[in-house]
Amino acid sequence: MSETIALEVLRYNPETDQEPRFQRYTVPYRDEWVVLDALTHIKDQLDATLSFRWSCHMAVCGSCGVMINGEPKLGCHAFLRDYRNGVVRIEPLDHFPVERDLVIVMDDFMAKLSSVQPYLLVDAAKPLSEGEYLQTPAELQRFKQYTQCINCMLCYAACPQYALNEGFVGPAALALAHRYNLDSRDAGKDRRAEMVASNEGIWECSFVGACSQVCPKAVDPAAAIQQTKISASLDWFKAFLLPGGRK
Amino acid sequence: MSRRPYLREVKRSWWLGQRRYLFYMIRELTSLFVALYCVLLVVGLVRLAQGPAAWDGFVAAFSSPLGVLFQVLCLIFATFHSVTWFAVTPKAMPLMVKGEAVPPRAIVAAHYAFWAALSLLVLIVVGV
Repeated sequence: MSETIALEVLRYNPETDQEPRFQRYTVPYRDEWVVLDALTHIKDQLDATLSFRWSCHMAVCGSCGVMINGEPKLGCHAFLRDYRNGVVRIEPLDHFPVERDLVIVMDDFMAKLSSVQPYLLVDAAKPLSEGEYLQTPAELQRFKQYTQCINCMLCYAACPQYALNEGFVGPAALALAHRYNLDSRDAGKDRRAEMVASNEGIWECSFVGACSQVCPKAVDPAAAIQQTKISASLDWFKAFLLPGGRK
Repeated sequence: MSRRPYLREVKRSWWLGQRRYLFYMIRELTSLFVALYCVLLVVGLVRLAQGPAAWDGFVAAFSSPLGVLFQVLCLIFATFHSVTWFAVTPKAMPLMVKGEAVPPRAIVAAHYAFWAALSLLVLIVVGV
């Protein structure tokens, strides 16, 4: 008999279940399979009622984030071969309400993401006739790392501050705010500061650092938040302590 | 089709389950000892202002076995706090020189060099 691997998957059906429970599935083991392949096998061959999100299968869309043995990971980015000895326990992302099975409710994240205005803000858009907004490679280098974020929310599932403080804007949104603040074409830093530099923004972060450790795209939100803390503090000093600086 | 999202509670023991959270909590706890030591130094200043007898009493308490034990504990925790803090400084303070990122190791090394220089200065001032 060919090798198999056991998966314990958290199941929750809002129409029939009072609370989630684990269901065990045995799937074929393949060296080249990722956890998402195993979930797809379950859905196609064993139990069509299992719900989970996925789209690209190549760590670009950010849809298939789940907890794998307690660690937030993309299902498409976690090989079964790394879990060969033992049971693989798959749960929906921590710190989010469970809609059904492995599907979480992401409304809170979406609201927080839009609250930091993660797009270029300019004081007055220049007419097309004046041409493009140019940027040098060195200017791009300042923020390029943060553009890699795919909004997969693994960092939110890793962040205890997000778990404990409902209002916390959270790692990805703050990293993206930092990304636009650093952009030479952007003029929205002050407008973003209202949310970013508030008590529920950067100051709720206590630098646990877990967000950066779990990021599948090496974005390092923890670094972005600490840098924003320094920058926001300097802005505060400039605004309130320097003569003539008060806004 | 009715929506009834299930909210999972965060257990009080959330930080015990994983190494990274445990390590974080230890690092947070060390700051308590750093703060306690600072308070004791302020108490020392107050005693100094109260005259020689008060100061001698303070020094005696600091030199007692219990006082020494407390200081050793504080030193261990302060060192742990400093080392882990220095290790993350390149994240908080990335430097760009002439368009190139300064290697993180150089930023950490600069912190240790600054620490050593400050310690040396203190030793010179107190005349060791």
